[in-house]
Amino acid sequence: MRNLKLIIQREYLARVRNKTFIIMTFLSPLFLIGMFALIAYLSMLNSSEQRIIGLYDESEMFATEFKDQEQVQYLDLSGKTLEQAKSLVNEQEYYGLLYIPENIDKTLEGVQFFGKESPGLGTVQAIEKTIADRLTREELIERGIDVNQLNEARTEVKIEIQNFSGQRTSKMSNYIKMFFGGAAGYLLMMFIIIYGNMVMRSVIEEKTNRIIEIIVSSVKPIQLMMGKVLGTSLAGITQFTIWVILAGALAMISFYVLGIDIFTVQKSQLESIEQIAKPQVAQLVMDVINLPILSLIIFFLIYFIGGYFLYSAIYAAIGAAVDSETDTQQFMFPVILPLMLGIYVGFFSVIENPHGSVSTIFSMIPLTSPIVMLMRIPFGVPWWELAISVTILILTNFAVIWLAAKIYRVGILMYGKKASYKELFKWLKY
Amino acid sequence: MENLLVAENIYKQFGNFTALNNVSIAIPRGSIFGLLGPNGAGKTTLLRIINQITMPDRGQVYLDGKPLHPDDIAHIGYLPEERGLYKSMKVGEQALYLARLKGLSKTEAKTRLEYWFKKLQIEGWWDKKIQELSKGMAQKIQFIITVLHQPKLLIFDEPFSGFDPVNAGLIKNEILQLKEEGATILFSTHRMESVEELCDYMALIHKSNKLLDGKVSEIKRAYKSNTYEVGLESENNAVLFAELNEKFVIGNTNFKSINDDLKLTIQLNNQETPNQLLEYLLGRARINHFVEVIPSVNDIFIKTVTQNA
Repeated sequence: MRNLKLIIQREYLARVRNKTFIIMTFLSPLFLIGMFALIAYLSMLNSSEQRIIGLYDESEMFATEFKDQEQVQYLDLSGKTLEQAKSLVNEQEYYGLLYIPENIDKTLEGVQFFGKESPGLGTVQAIEKTIADRLTREELIERGIDVNQLNEARTEVKIEIQNFSGQRTSKMSNYIKMFFGGAAGYLLMMFIIIYGNMVMRSVIEEKTNRIIEIIVSSVKPIQLMMGKVLGTSLAGITQFTIWVILAGALAMISFYVLGIDIFTVQKSQLESIEQIAKPQVAQLVMDVINLPILSLIIFFLIYFIGGYFLYSAIYAAIGAAVDSETDTQQFMFPVILPLMLGIYVGFFSVIENPHGSVSTIFSMIPLTSPIVMLMRIPFGVPWWELAISVTILILTNFAVIWLAAKIYRVGILMYGKKASYKELFKWLKY
Repeated sequence: MENLLVAENIYKQFGNFTALNNVSIAIPRGSIFGLLGPNGAGKTTLLRIINQITMPDRGQVYLDGKPLHPDDIAHIGYLPEERGLYKSMKVGEQALYLARLKGLSKTEAKTRLEYWFKKLQIEGWWDKKIQELSKGMAQKIQFIITVLHQPKLLIFDEPFSGFDPVNAGLIKNEILQLKEEGATILFSTHRMESVEELCDYMALIHKSNKLLDGKVSEIKRAYKSNTYEVGLESENNAVLFAELNEKFVIGNTNFKSINDDLKLTIQLNNQETPNQLLEYLLGRARINHFVEVIPSVNDIFIKTVTQNA
């Protein structure tokens, strides 16, 4: 035990003192924020662009229908000839020219859009809807239906989703759950890959440095392996904790700016937020606050430890089996594959149906469960499913660590032997 | 207790390959024991078993008469053939780390390290990183780490490989001094001169089997062939040569001499003594050189290995 502590201590310090670790820990959140800011700025830039669309309306029905909007301005060019209008649009570098023929009917045939580049899908849909609405109204009047009466008869349906414990959710909050679950799952995958690789590289380093035999004459190989895995995981937890604190501080600051006291969030306060910010922003903030953030963090740590131990034991065995990092390729694919599978199942299946059988099964399989389950947690997972998933993960951990330790024990003392799967299988029996 | 370490009928197999086939050795307390053998004979496997890095399939190792226990690592110092250190860790820090893994307390390890750093005149290295040091410098540190916890048994696997002559000499003297202080030393090497020079006992391993072991002087006595090397000066060397050739089994040899000698080895049969040979030669020539041919460890090694090939 004393030696295990010494090894953990050394491994932890070796990771944490590393310059890349320090840079990664403090710069990557800044980098992330910068990325978001850049994306937001660029999309703002994009949407603030004014577009002018020329309107050439032979039917003379739509001149009043196309109203100027924030981004699109319509310019009626119907007085000129079509050729004149076209060349004008071209010269002035307008976005395009919309041509509506004289005898327009329900099929919308003959409506044309001239432009240098093909228009965006949103623009086309907006134009189509405007024309169709107008034609529908004409049609209704022709058939003797009172448009006003029809509008009154129309019912608005808005389902309020509520779970049994009385938590209300909205469609918006579903997106937020997806975002947080997806982010947590993705982060976990990155952690497993980054920290698993660290373990592997550190094993290879000890092998190529030839210090390994000096160390294993003092400690048991499994002690060294576990010390390495544990020490590195502590470095990972340190990084995660720093990020949570940074994120928390950032949230506090933004809440303070928005004027929300998160400890006494009440319905009444929601209204006060609404006065300051747009209602959507207020709802968003409330949805985030209502997320099971604490349980998400706790389960992130549980699944991080479980998943990370599982994978880094495999990484350690791979590191022991090879002589240099370039030899690891053939073993990396089977490690990355389940992780990628977890991410894809998460992004496609969980979002589609968080409690469907595919999502449930993959949140039980230990190689994918850490990622898939994390993505499901924001949608509310029954405690017994969590218990089964975590139990399977822990049991698999014991088995995999036991097997990995066998390969590790033999591999660290093998030099210059090109390891194959067959070779590894033989080592299990030494 | 006469023997510090006894390995009994050690058998170890890797897959279909037998690395050690019922090998037994006994290392007397306070001696220097040489483990000899060509590359791939199984020396390193035996050392790893003694260090409890690998477990034998059959057989038992005893230290101080008791079966080897995991805690015994504190009594053994091992300098492996494949040796190195963490490149990016500071010298002092990693020496401290490795010493503490052997069970020393932090303060104790520090005091002893300071003593050894002073002794080998490397006080200034504490805060350096290994990558800043030369290979020979790093080897000094490895040596210190091996002996720092004052183990009863020191195991050196090819200790002089890679050392420059100055450092090799330095380390050799340190090893002899450690023996004076009561340590028992196990050497593994295929360099015979070092065995000749240092070892009291030896064992020869070839192709997983032990072929030979015992006290170096006794082995040599057993392998000597009653042969003498002579340098003779006479009026007619050719006549003398013909005469000797008729009476004895003779061979060619060469040694440094200022005289114009007839240089020969003469092998006697078991009944003859060197005194008789001298008497025979006295009347026939001037004897400038007369010495018994004692087989070198190298000769014994080659002879045994080729015999068992």
